[in-house]
Amino acid sequence: MIDRRTFCKNTLLIAGGLALPLSALELFDPKRLLAEKDQKGARWVFLVDTRKCVGCGFCVKGCKVENEVPYDANVTRTWVERYLVTSDGKTHIDSPKGARDGFPRKEIEIGHGKLEEIRDEDIEKAFFVPKLCNQCDNPPCVQVCPVGATYQTEDGVVLVDRSWCIGCGYCIMGCPYGVRFFHPVHHVADKCNFCYHRISKGMQTACVDSCAFGARRIGNLRDPEDPVTKVIMTERVNVLKEEYGTKPQVFYLGLSKEVK
Amino acid sequence: MMVHGEAWTLKEFFTYPNEYIYWTIQIVMYPFMTGLVAGAFVLSSLYHVFGVKQLKGIARFSLVFSFALLPVAMLPLMLHLQQPLRGIEVMLTPHFTSAIAAFGIVFTTYGMIVASELWFVYRKHFVETALALKAKERRGPGEQFACLLFSALTMGAYDVSHEALEADERAVKKLAAAGIPVACFLHGYAGFIFGSVKANALWMTPLMPVIFICSAVVSGIALCILTYIVTMEIRKALAARRPELPSKEELKSAESQVVVMTSRYLLMFMVAAITLELLDLVFRGYTAVKSWDILRSVIYERDFVNIFVVQYGLGNLVPLVLFLVPGLTIRRAILGTALVLLGVFMMRWNVVIGGQAFSSSFSGFMHYTLPIWPDSLETFKEGLGGALLVAVIPFCLFWILNKVMPVFKETH
Repeated sequence: MIDRRTFCKNTLLIAGGLALPLSALELFDPKRLLAEKDQKGARWVFLVDTRKCVGCGFCVKGCKVENEVPYDANVTRTWVERYLVTSDGKTHIDSPKGARDGFPRKEIEIGHGKLEEIRDEDIEKAFFVPKLCNQCDNPPCVQVCPVGATYQTEDGVVLVDRSWCIGCGYCIMGCPYGVRFFHPVHHVADKCNFCYHRISKGMQTACVDSCAFGARRIGNLRDPEDPVTKVIMTERVNVLKEEYGTKPQVFYLGLSKEVK
Repeated sequence: MMVHGEAWTLKEFFTYPNEYIYWTIQIVMYPFMTGLVAGAFVLSSLYHVFGVKQLKGIARFSLVFSFALLPVAMLPLMLHLQQPLRGIEVMLTPHFTSAIAAFGIVFTTYGMIVASELWFVYRKHFVETALALKAKERRGPGEQFACLLFSALTMGAYDVSHEALEADERAVKKLAAAGIPVACFLHGYAGFIFGSVKANALWMTPLMPVIFICSAVVSGIALCILTYIVTMEIRKALAARRPELPSKEELKSAESQVVVMTSRYLLMFMVAAITLELLDLVFRGYTAVKSWDILRSVIYERDFVNIFVVQYGLGNLVPLVLFLVPGLTIRRAILGTALVLLGVFMMRWNVVIGGQAFSSSFSGFMHYTLPIWPDSLETFKEGLGGALLVAVIPFCLFWILNKVMPVFKETH
C-alpha cells in the first residue's frame, strides 16, 4: 500500500519529469523559429476598384469555369452588384445570375421574375460592385464549423476541406457577406478561395485574369513593395461590413455608402 | 441544375446570389424536439429532486417519455445534413469554437444520465420480471426473448431488499439533480447555436439560450400532460373490460389531480418565456439599430400572422386564459396544451425561418414554401414528410419502451 507521502512525492516527480521535455518542445517551436528568422509567408489580400468596374461579368464567368462551379447553377463564388440611386433617394440593387452574363437588361430584377423599370432621368448615380470572399482575419465561418472542415491557412486564405465537411450549413449562416453556398455537385460548403491553387503557384486569380479593366487585383500585404499593398497603405480604401468584427481583407476603392 | 435551397426559396428585391433558406423545417424540429426532451426531464425532476409529491403520477411517465424523445432530437440534424454519413465527425474531430461541436458530448452525457436514472427506477421491475420468467418451466419464443432481455437489463444486480431499493432511490435523486443542469445545457446551447450567429440580426441576442430553455420546459410539460391524458383515456376505456386495472373513477380523479398540478408549473414557465420574448422584442424596437428597419418589416408585416396571431395569440394568450380560469377540466387541458405546443412550435419556426426571411444585405426578403408533396429525397427530408416522420417516431419509441418499462406500474 502506498502511503500519502510517497504518493505526493511520486506525483511531483512525474509532473516535473514531464514538464522538462514539454518545455523543450516549447523552446524549439518551429513556428517561432521561423518567425524569428523573419521568413513569414504571404498574407493574400484583394483590391477592388469599383470605379473601374463596368459590370461585364467576365470575372464571374472566368471564376465559374476555373473553379468548376456548375455554369447554370444559381450559386457563384464571386458576383457583381449593380446599384442605381434615384432622385427620390431610393437605392435599386440587383445581380441577375450573379452577373454571370453581365447586365443584359436595363431594368432592375426585383425577384419572382419581375423587373422594375427605372427612367434614365431619375438616376442620380449608378455603379457596379464586385463581391467575393473577404478572407477575413477573424473568420466567423471557421469559428462555427463544428468539425474543423473549414480553416484558415498561414497566408490568410480560408479553405474548405471537401472530404470532411458534413454539410450542416452553419458556416453559410455565420457569414455576413453571403459568400458561401452548398456546392450542387459535391454537396458540401463552397466559397471563393482566391484561386488558392493558382496564387500559391505564382499565378493570378481567374477573376483578376478575366478583368479587362483592372478593377480586380490580388496582392501580398506582407510585401511592402507589392503594388496592391502600396495602394492599401497610401490611398483611402474601405472594407465591407466592418461592424461585424470579421476584419475583412478585401479592400475597396470608391466604395459608396449605399453598398450592402 | 437545382441548388440546395432553391426548391423552396422565393426571393424578393435584392438578396445576395448565394442566399437561400438553408435551414428549413428540420432545423425547426431540432430545437422543438430537444426542447421536449429537456422539458419532460425537468418535469420528472420536480418530483425526484424537489419532492413535489403531487407530480408523482406524471414523473415516471415523463422520464420514460424524455428517453423516447432523446434519439429523435438527433434525427432532424441527420436529415438536414448534406453529408449525413459524416455526421459522426462531430464526435471524432469536434472543433470546440463551434457551438455545434459540443452536441456529441452534451447529448451522450445527457443520454447516459437518463438511461441510468431509468435503470435505478425500474430495477425492481426488471428483477421481478426476470425472476418470474425464469421460474416458468415452459417458455414460448416471445417469453424466451423477454427473459433474456430482462435478465440482461438487471445487469446481474438481483438484490431487491429494502436497503438496496432505498439506495436506488438515493441514486435516482442524485442523477435527477445532475440531469437538470445538463438538460438545460442541452437545450440552452441549442439556443446558443442561434443566439451566437452575429451575421443574423434576428438571432443574435444573449437572451436566446434562456428563452429557449423556458419555452423548452413549457413545451415538454405540455406534451407530457397531453400524452398523459391520452394514455389515461385509453386506460379508462380498457378499465371497463379489464378488472385488474384500477376502476374508472379512481383513474379519473388521479388524472384530473395530476393535470391540475402540472398545469400550474406549465403556467409559471410560460409566463417566464413570454416575458423574455417580449423583452427581446421591445428592446430591439427601442434600440432600433441598423437592422431594425428590415426586422420590423419582417416581424410586423411579413410574419405578422405567424408571430402575433398564431404564436402569441393562439399559442400563448388563449392557453393562458384557458389555464387561469378556475375549475380546469380535462377537455380544456387538452385544448390548452395542444395550443401551447403549437405556440412553441411556431416560436421555433419564427426564429429559424423568420431569421432567414430577410437577406443579410437588409435589402430583400426570402420566403420559405414548405414542400408538401415531395418530388425528390431532398424535398421529402426537408419538407412536411420529414417533419411528420420526426414527430411520429417518439410516440412509437414510447410505445415500445412502455413494454419494457411500464410507466403506470407501481414499483417502489
